[in-house]
Amino acid sequence: MRYLLLIGGEDDQTTDATSKDVCDAADAMAWTEEMTRRRVLLTGEVLRPPSDATTVRVRDGEVLLADGPFAETKEQMGGFSVIECANLDEALEIAAAHPVARYGMVEVRPIWE
Amino acid sequence: MNEAVAAAFRDEWGQVVATLIGLTGDWDLAEECAQDAFVAATDRWARDGVPRKPGAWLTTTARNRALDRLRRDKIGAVKLRELAVLPVGDEPPPEIADDRLRLIFTCAHPALAFDARVALTLRTLAGLTTPEIARAFVVPEATMAQRLVRAKRKIRNAGIPYRVPPAELLPARVSSVLGVLYLLFNEGYAASEGTNLVRQNLSAEAIRLARVLVSLLPGEPEAEGLLALMLLHDARRASRVSPAGALVTLDDQDRSLWSASGIAAGLSLLETALRRGAPGPYQVQAAIAACHASAPTAAATDWAQIASLYGELSKFVPSPVVALNRAVAVAMAEGPAAGLALVDGLAASGELAGYHLLPATRADLLRRLSRHAEAADAYRTAIELATSEPEKRYLTGRLAQVSAAH
Repeated sequence: MRYLLLIGGEDDQTTDATSKDVCDAADAMAWTEEMTRRRVLLTGEVLRPPSDATTVRVRDGEVLLADGPFAETKEQMGGFSVIECANLDEALEIAAAHPVARYGMVEVRPIWE
Repeated sequence: MNEAVAAAFRDEWGQVVATLIGLTGDWDLAEECAQDAFVAATDRWARDGVPRKPGAWLTTTARNRALDRLRRDKIGAVKLRELAVLPVGDEPPPEIADDRLRLIFTCAHPALAFDARVALTLRTLAGLTTPEIARAFVVPEATMAQRLVRAKRKIRNAGIPYRVPPAELLPARVSSVLGVLYLLFNEGYAASEGTNLVRQNLSAEAIRLARVLVSLLPGEPEAEGLLALMLLHDARRASRVSPAGALVTLDDQDRSLWSASGIAAGLSLLETALRRGAPGPYQVQAAIAACHASAPTAAATDWAQIASLYGELSKFVPSPVVALNRAVAVAMAEGPAAGLALVDGLAASGELAGYHLLPATRADLLRRLSRHAEAADAYRTAIELATSEPEKRYLTGRLAQVSAAH
């Protein structure tokens, strides 16, 4: 099965660490290497912060734009990975091994096959 | 349902459903075909007599029913190929293994919400109907139906594996299964007057499932510990509520009403568990229950031992409720003043704010210290916070006593 890992945490204004810094850190690189070696990591990207996001809606033919992400929550996604593995137990193990899981959070979402 | 079918339903439902899920991978189909098999049994067994192996008959009938259904269903073709390798006939193939353990672990998978795990366990393993489960948990039937549908959908769509977890996951998953069974037991045990029979039946279901678990996971001391704990509590059931429906506390219970065979079974199982040398929270709780159950009179209770066991328990379960119970035991072993000091410390921490047993315990200790006015105040607070009618009545009775005393 394929799963999308939404990797994120609280949109913390008290630190200057960006999602890029987090992903360039040695532990995150090690995770990527390990999951690539295990052939479970299909793809993944680091995202710019939510403040760089633009949300688009089309209503009655009119394009409506809003500055920011579509969910104004404290938790924001900083990156994502797509993995392919046997079942949810393995997906949860892969997610738990991600360094961000230790202070942020990883949502494991099955991909509609 | 005649008696033989009713007995088979109790003993075999979980096994039939578990096997059918294993064969088809389809939870709804499994339940429906199991249901059909029991309906068929009602007719056939009345006419032809009860088969030698009722469980095997039911499994085979349910499997043949699933084959029929899948044959008519195009999407079923793939599943059918897997099923077709099994011989068709009235005698079950010997290789049909006991799938209940896989079902138990899947129902208690920690990726499911806790109330969904409980509902799913009751539906698929114990065979309670959705309306029965809804009544037991006092939620509308539609809510319970929705909860079950969602849980089964998540198992399918999120890829929750139908299996006994591998060794590295086993300890955490066993503890999740035990948590579900313990909740079931307690829901049933706390139920008395003012609740319904289905709810009281939950304790019996929990014991039945715990027995299955112990037989399927031999050598797992915490499973044995949980079953021992349930048996020891259950042995005291008859004495817990007076004929008038009032709650009877441990020291006022008529010990002649306790089930000697239930206590003996609990004690012997606990001994087996403890001998394995891997203590855990359920074994410690069972040991505490054992201290109570084996005391010939309330006065003969070994409170020092109980206090020390609560100390052990708090290492496994660092909770303020455990600390409160320890305070009660200390009060019994060393006197109410020693217990009160611990209770006041807990009250000051604020961790148990709103929990009626905190003021109820304080009240009791103050009463024993003859500080009646303070005791009365604490009883009033406890009555306000208590939620069950028998508890409210018990506390109100105590309040009247201390009010008369000063």
